[in-house]
Amino acid sequence: MKLLELQRRMAADLMRPLTARDNLSPKSKAGEYITPNDRLTSRERLEIYSRSYWYRILDSLYDDFPGLRAIIGDEAFHRLSRAYLAAYPSESYTMRNLGHALESWLRPRRQYTAGQHALALDMVRLEWAHIVAFDGPSAKPMGPEDLLELGPALRMTVQPYITLLDLHYAVDDLRIAVSRKTDLHETASNAVTAPKHRAGKRRTIPRAKAKIHLAVHRFEDVVYYRRLEPESFRILTALRCGESIGQAIERGFEGSLLSADDYQAGIAQWFAVWAELGWLCKPPS
Amino acid sequence: MSFSGPSYPYSEMPANPFNGFTEYGIGIGLRIPHYQHIFEHQPVVDWFEIISENFMADGGRPMAVLDQILERYRVVQHGVSMYFGSAEKLNRDHLRRLKTLVKRTKTPWVTDHLCWGSVDGRYSHDLLPMPYTFEAARITARKVREARDFLEVPIAVENVSSYAEFHVSQMTEWEFLNEVVERADCGILLDVNNIYVSSRNHNFDPYTYLDSVAPERVAQIHIAGHSKFEKYILDTHDHPVIDPVWKLYSHAIRRIGPTATLLEWDDHIPSFDEVHREARKAGRYLPASCEIPTPVPVEAAL
Repeated sequence: MKLLELQRRMAADLMRPLTARDNLSPKSKAGEYITPNDRLTSRERLEIYSRSYWYRILDSLYDDFPGLRAIIGDEAFHRLSRAYLAAYPSESYTMRNLGHALESWLRPRRQYTAGQHALALDMVRLEWAHIVAFDGPSAKPMGPEDLLELGPALRMTVQPYITLLDLHYAVDDLRIAVSRKTDLHETASNAVTAPKHRAGKRRTIPRAKAKIHLAVHRFEDVVYYRRLEPESFRILTALRCGESIGQAIERGFEGSLLSADDYQAGIAQWFAVWAELGWLCKPPS
Repeated sequence: MSFSGPSYPYSEMPANPFNGFTEYGIGIGLRIPHYQHIFEHQPVVDWFEIISENFMADGGRPMAVLDQILERYRVVQHGVSMYFGSAEKLNRDHLRRLKTLVKRTKTPWVTDHLCWGSVDGRYSHDLLPMPYTFEAARITARKVREARDFLEVPIAVENVSSYAEFHVSQMTEWEFLNEVVERADCGILLDVNNIYVSSRNHNFDPYTYLDSVAPERVAQIHIAGHSKFEKYILDTHDHPVIDPVWKLYSHAIRRIGPTATLLEWDDHIPSFDEVHREARKAGRYLPASCEIPTPVPVEAAL
């Protein structure tokens, strides 16, 4: 058997979902390429790797989505994780990206969210944004001096590590309330890991009376959730979409309840804050 | 237990092309639970081994932490996802990111594992065992050479712990290791704990393995703890090093000479001081002239 064929067969076998009792899938044909020894069958030897694979990626998702876990409960989260990871196995050298498609996968699958579908989706969006804000790329920020030449035709954008979210639930408050062991994604060397203990109470919150506009960002390498006025949210969204300053400011005022004077005052204040936080940068050339 | 082999003055330490002709002493793995202690107390440590992938991020806190460490400490990069043994080509984007990190850390050598872990773009995030065939040796060696030429830094490959063997294998693990490193002309990161674990799992004599390794190619040594189960041993890096592994280490040092040594502790990680104390036990096997001084806080040393 050639190397590529062997690796394809072994990868397919060990990545196949474990049984309900965490045993190797009966479809795996380990005996065709793995030798037994005096203590373990071929299947038992492959099972060590299959369990290691599943425990490792399940634990990574477990660490990355504590808020979702708190909402739907640990058992439902485990079912969801197994189904999602079977559909979206890792295609990156880092497990940091495992959850990148969770929102789109979960949206049409209400059966995994324990009756809290809208809340769960809001939390998934927030938690993926948190990961992006933690270690996503940054561009050189535009400082106050760059904004002196502010004109209606000027184009700028929002830092790539910032995610702008419009939410139906105050998942930012809930996420902060849910304790998290660490914010750092770390890979051990070649250690085999055991599955994490799963326990905890389910959390829920009522739907917000009005939409919540949020920027998930980082400042001095710490992730923050900053609530935004609807007008400033619309301006930032327009800037990210490539519109000019003038167009973005027009967008911000569409449907606003603010008076023109209050809106003008708000604009000056918002841009000053964004410049201070390093949120604005030149669009990629 | 004390060092009973020949004496190795510093000038005879096996600084070699594969570790950039360095004499790095005893290091420990840089791990998150120790960050606060390291930044507050600035302990004297010969060097830190970092997991490359933890610092191949685009920005944010990981890079800030790394820069703080680099201000005070020597760092060696250890990778877990190059997968030299995967049949598919090297991932160029991954290599580019790795090279950016190499330039940042100025690591004198880079290590990764003699294993595979991905196929058709899907990643296992594990260090999967190689079939010990000439085809696999040829493919693996070619990829090691390509990576070294791209990164422009010496590479050493680490023997992994394994729990499975293949019908197609044509040689022993140590023969395969030698076949790869000779073809690639690269170094060896000799993990004596992994040799012990695999020897128990596959019923071979670990000393036969050790005695077969080309000493002039050993760039670095790993030591670690593991977990014993009824039918096999797992490489868990969550315990102190056991005596049989220290004996293997002692044997390796007698054969190779004092070599840059790194203690791995990745799960149930105790305090920094406990990990450092465990690592420094390696000093018992070094000749007196190479022993590492007791760590003291920087302020006290000034």
